[in-house]
Amino acid sequence: MTPYLPSLFGGMLLGLSAVLLLVANGRIAGISGIVGRLLGGHHVPGNLAFVIGLLSGPFLYAAAYGHLPNITTVTPWPLVLIAGLLVGVGTRMGSGCTSGHGILGLARFSKRSLAATATFLIAGIAAATTMGALG
Amino acid sequence: MNKYTYQRLLVALIAGAIFGFGLSLSGMADPARVLGFLNLASGTWDPSLAFVLGGAVAVAVPGVMLQHHMRKPLLDQEFHLPQKTAIDGRLLTGSALFGIGWGIAGFCPGPAVSILFVGLPAVALFVAAMAIGMILHDRLAAGRSH
Repeated sequence: MTPYLPSLFGGMLLGLSAVLLLVANGRIAGISGIVGRLLGGHHVPGNLAFVIGLLSGPFLYAAAYGHLPNITTVTPWPLVLIAGLLVGVGTRMGSGCTSGHGILGLARFSKRSLAATATFLIAGIAAATTMGALG
Repeated sequence: MNKYTYQRLLVALIAGAIFGFGLSLSGMADPARVLGFLNLASGTWDPSLAFVLGGAVAVAVPGVMLQHHMRKPLLDQEFHLPQKTAIDGRLLTGSALFGIGWGIAGFCPGPAVSILFVGLPAVALFVAAMAIGMILHDRLAAGRSH
């Protein structure tokens, strides 16, 4: 089977989760915001509950499919460290990431989120393509 | 505490679980797949992850349309939605920094946190560095506004 269908269905589940949180709790499923607020001690119970659910994801996948999802990472540790710092600072400065801006922002037809999504996609493509060429 | 506190926590837990499962199913949780999507010059470009965002937005749009017809969410007194609309330097600089970090290692916040307990040291390192970056930013931003 092509990887397109699991990607499509997985994506639709992300959308379903975002709609559930929006319609029931009135909140945006933006993961950098949820994690950032949790670290800052804001609205801890709700954000913690979401993160606990999120952490269970690969194990629910394993229960359904009999194995954990494929996860391959070959990036050297110093670069992983730099990447983590950039993602942490960048998502807080830019008020969101692939979920908040990318899913909810685009679904709300927010020009601000469209600008953010275009920016991090272009920057991500530039960085990954450069890294690929270098190494 | 209002009467829906526990229901809201349950919804947050279930929404998180659906999100985490969806990330694992979609391939977004695999940094190699993410880099295969973002690296246009690899010779084996994998466009499948575009379907993740496409599928997510396709489901979220009718949800947002539904929300527009609601005066308040089912389990709370009001919606807690972003109010900012300005496309400013902080938005674009932050998004660019995030994108560069995303493209270096193939991790973004949701997938990285979701696979934290799978047991890969690189994931723990990334999440720890990301948390430090978030705290650092928020401390500096709070210092500036005082």
